[in-house]
Amino acid sequence: MDVKQLQPEDFKSDQMVRWCAGCGDHAILSATLKALPQIGYKHEDVVFISGIGCSSRFPYYVNTYGVHGIHGRAMAIASGVKVANPALSVWIITGDGDSLAIGGNHFMHLIRRDIDVNLILFNNRIYGLTKGQYSPTSIHGALSKTSPYGTVERPFKPGGITIGAGGSFFARTIDSMPKMSTEILLEAAKHIGASIVEVMQNCVIFNDNTWADITDRENRDDRIILLKHREPMIFGKNQDKGLILKDNQLQVVQLGEGGYSEKDVLVHDTQTEFAGIHLMLATMDYPKYPVAMGVIRSCNLQAAYERKLEDQIDAVRSRSEIKTVRDLLHSGATWEV
Amino acid sequence: MSKQVKVVEIEEVAIRFSGDSGDGMQLTGTLFSDSSAVFGNDVSTFPDYPAEIRAPQGTVAGVSGFQVHFGHAQINTPGDFCDVLVAMNPAALKANFRWVKSDGIIIYDIDAFDEKNILKAGYKVNPFEEEKVGAIQVISAPISSLTRESLKDTGLDQKSIMRCKNMFALGIVSWLFDRPLEHAVSFFNKKFSKKPVLVEANTKALYDGYYYAETIEAFTSHFRVKPAEIEKGTYRNINGNTAVAWGLMAAAENAGLGLFVGSYPITPATGILEELASRKDLKVKTFQAEDEIAGICTAIGASYAGCLAATTTSGPGLALKGEAIGLAVMTELPLVVVDVQRGGPSTGLPTKTEQSDLMQALFGRNGESPVVVLAASTPSNCFDFAYQASKIAIEHMTPVILMTDGFLANGSEPWKIPDPDEFPVIKVPRPKESPENWLPYVRDPETLVRTWAIPGTPGFEHRVGSLEKADRTGNVSYVPENHELMTHIRDAKIQKVALDIPPLEIIGDPDADLLLMGWGGTYGHLLSALNEIRGEGHKLALAHFNYINPLPLNTGDIMSRFKKRLVCEINLGQFASFLRMKLPEYSYRQFNKIMGLPFTVRDLTEVILKNLED
Repeated sequence: MDVKQLQPEDFKSDQMVRWCAGCGDHAILSATLKALPQIGYKHEDVVFISGIGCSSRFPYYVNTYGVHGIHGRAMAIASGVKVANPALSVWIITGDGDSLAIGGNHFMHLIRRDIDVNLILFNNRIYGLTKGQYSPTSIHGALSKTSPYGTVERPFKPGGITIGAGGSFFARTIDSMPKMSTEILLEAAKHIGASIVEVMQNCVIFNDNTWADITDRENRDDRIILLKHREPMIFGKNQDKGLILKDNQLQVVQLGEGGYSEKDVLVHDTQTEFAGIHLMLATMDYPKYPVAMGVIRSCNLQAAYERKLEDQIDAVRSRSEIKTVRDLLHSGATWEV
Repeated sequence: MSKQVKVVEIEEVAIRFSGDSGDGMQLTGTLFSDSSAVFGNDVSTFPDYPAEIRAPQGTVAGVSGFQVHFGHAQINTPGDFCDVLVAMNPAALKANFRWVKSDGIIIYDIDAFDEKNILKAGYKVNPFEEEKVGAIQVISAPISSLTRESLKDTGLDQKSIMRCKNMFALGIVSWLFDRPLEHAVSFFNKKFSKKPVLVEANTKALYDGYYYAETIEAFTSHFRVKPAEIEKGTYRNINGNTAVAWGLMAAAENAGLGLFVGSYPITPATGILEELASRKDLKVKTFQAEDEIAGICTAIGASYAGCLAATTTSGPGLALKGEAIGLAVMTELPLVVVDVQRGGPSTGLPTKTEQSDLMQALFGRNGESPVVVLAASTPSNCFDFAYQASKIAIEHMTPVILMTDGFLANGSEPWKIPDPDEFPVIKVPRPKESPENWLPYVRDPETLVRTWAIPGTPGFEHRVGSLEKADRTGNVSYVPENHELMTHIRDAKIQKVALDIPPLEIIGDPDADLLLMGWGGTYGHLLSALNEIRGEGHKLALAHFNYINPLPLNTGDIMSRFKKRLVCEINLGQFASFLRMKLPEYSYRQFNKIMGLPFTVRDLTEVILKNLED
């Protein structure tokens, strides 16, 4: 059968994209449109679900099925879609406020259940749509309209929560590196379970350059590390820095100095069940460490929730004598009058 | 054994079993009512239990009760007052004495009436002197010690033996009312199939209680309640929660849809989720969500994906679901929200019944957010209205809130098993056009219903969402005229449901001056009151509402036929206020009780008589 190979254009909707010029969301949309033809699902089998916030307008711009939900609830709506029809490829679009503040509970439980969906967390460390209030990922002391003297609260790290909640997949990318983003989204799509992808995204209006010290083209090679499965953890413009484990802590070493060479450097294993090293990698912060990019954890802990539910239904059906509502109505104690 | 005991034929009896929360009174009551139903009586039950699972033993707070009303004639309520109270301890007497008829019988476990328990219950020395016993026949029975004696050779430990004393009590009452014991024994065989010693112990306690009653000569007579004259058919007992669960399943099966239920446990609605969770054999997908909001949001997701989706809750949960109900209104997706009402506000009275969520169901959301509101009125018709709620939700692409209450949810009655072939057809509004000619918000011109295209269907890819929808296309629209148009459309769409619902009926005398009115779970009590008043030679009519929004089309016409209208509710007058808003041309009198309990027929007849006069 001749099946037309879908192109990124095929996934574009006819709606005008209404994000601000220069917003990081444009690049994430384009990276996603590039990934979609490669995930192996037909148009009609893809569903995008979002909450509320700038990023949550995303489903309107993708020519698939979609629901633009209410604030914080995309994870719950998507859970219902996937459990109702496990044959669908379900994507959640959410922001740092949507998923980690008002939707924090659903975020945790989505991960705990390990429902096979893909979640793209647009993290710009600010409330954009409500015009500039601090978010749960804003840095300690962040100045914003609701913290004019600086916040007095610690930020969440999405990777820390994901792995802490027993997550099976966590990856990170940067809006301005769309090629890396596309590759990571494809990995997320392949993973069976709840795949969480954090995108360091720039809000050009309310939190411009929030990630700049990490993501600026000039410096980023020294400030991020792209982790790849089974490859040594080496980074830097000159590929001359590495991560080692010493005294139960990660440490950055200069290769060729202090007796360190490539063989001392940790080799990344996305699949190890032991989450400790993934937690350390996912929560590395600049300037002490490079910020980890790529797939940090991808570990098939178990069959996905919806599959286990289907299996349970099949098992119960095969041994139950109740096959129809009529059987049910007449089951148990009945009597004739 | 040879003593001649008089057998007295009586029309109906109400028995209240009461004891500590851990005494197994709910099971005792259930077994008795099931036996009576199988015997052929009409039955109505009322469990009355505390929110605490095991409040301190022996205290009034920890008393759990179960009232069974059965009779030769039609039984509409569990009975206001009981003919027999079984009190397993002094606290049970303290909590329930007020419900014993002045010529009733109290059977109590004298072993539990020691000084400590008497004081704990709030009595001083002798409970039967401190209460005004009057003509009540008080029968002391050493239930605990006789159970201990009876089961001493079973090899069970003391604690397990004491857990059988409720069956000894059941035996006594079974003899008194000439009930067969087979039903209870077959229950033990099923329940304890893996522990034969428990089958033996419970059976022995039951029989020994029965023979004890026969032997002691304490009862001057025993009573026989002949089977009721009931329509022929196959019957079973059903409570409201199970009936809701089954109604949803029946609707899903008839519509050819999967059933998805996203819920969070909450008293008194949890029984619905529990029943559905055990029905994997009928492919029901239940999702025990992390909270009430996730419960409804997963259901909305499942509805978008093509299931018949429902969420089940009680008042506090309905409050949490408000915003998401609005999402279902905006996206025009089918959704059934079941609200099993309980006493409020806040946590209120979780295990007690009330009708105080009506305004919340009608209006408890942001924006102009109309939904269909239905109310079941008996335990068994919870099945019909869950089915009907599903049918309306699907055929009209709208959320429907189905109101039941704690009284219906836990109360049970015999139910003539319906024939699934006779269930009304449910038409799923799938797109008829080809994809290129289809738009998600184009409507049927008659019903204003949009069509339901589901993921997986090629060519119908579309987005729905919480932002205002442009007419026809469903795209986001901020155009002022469009918002006004869509607001009117959503409202009119709900009002058009009135064309699909049956007219309001009048029970009783169409030419009466006074129209008695109620809605939902008060039906049985209102009907009994109507029968009593008419039996006394007065003219009276009853209009009982199952359809609240929209109201039946003939509601105004019926209002106009009576001089006086009396709206009776277990709240401060929410339905009366709604009627004043919808049909302001009529005046409405009110009768309201709000004690966390059903009406009593006595209260109703009193107020009706007063209203007949002035």
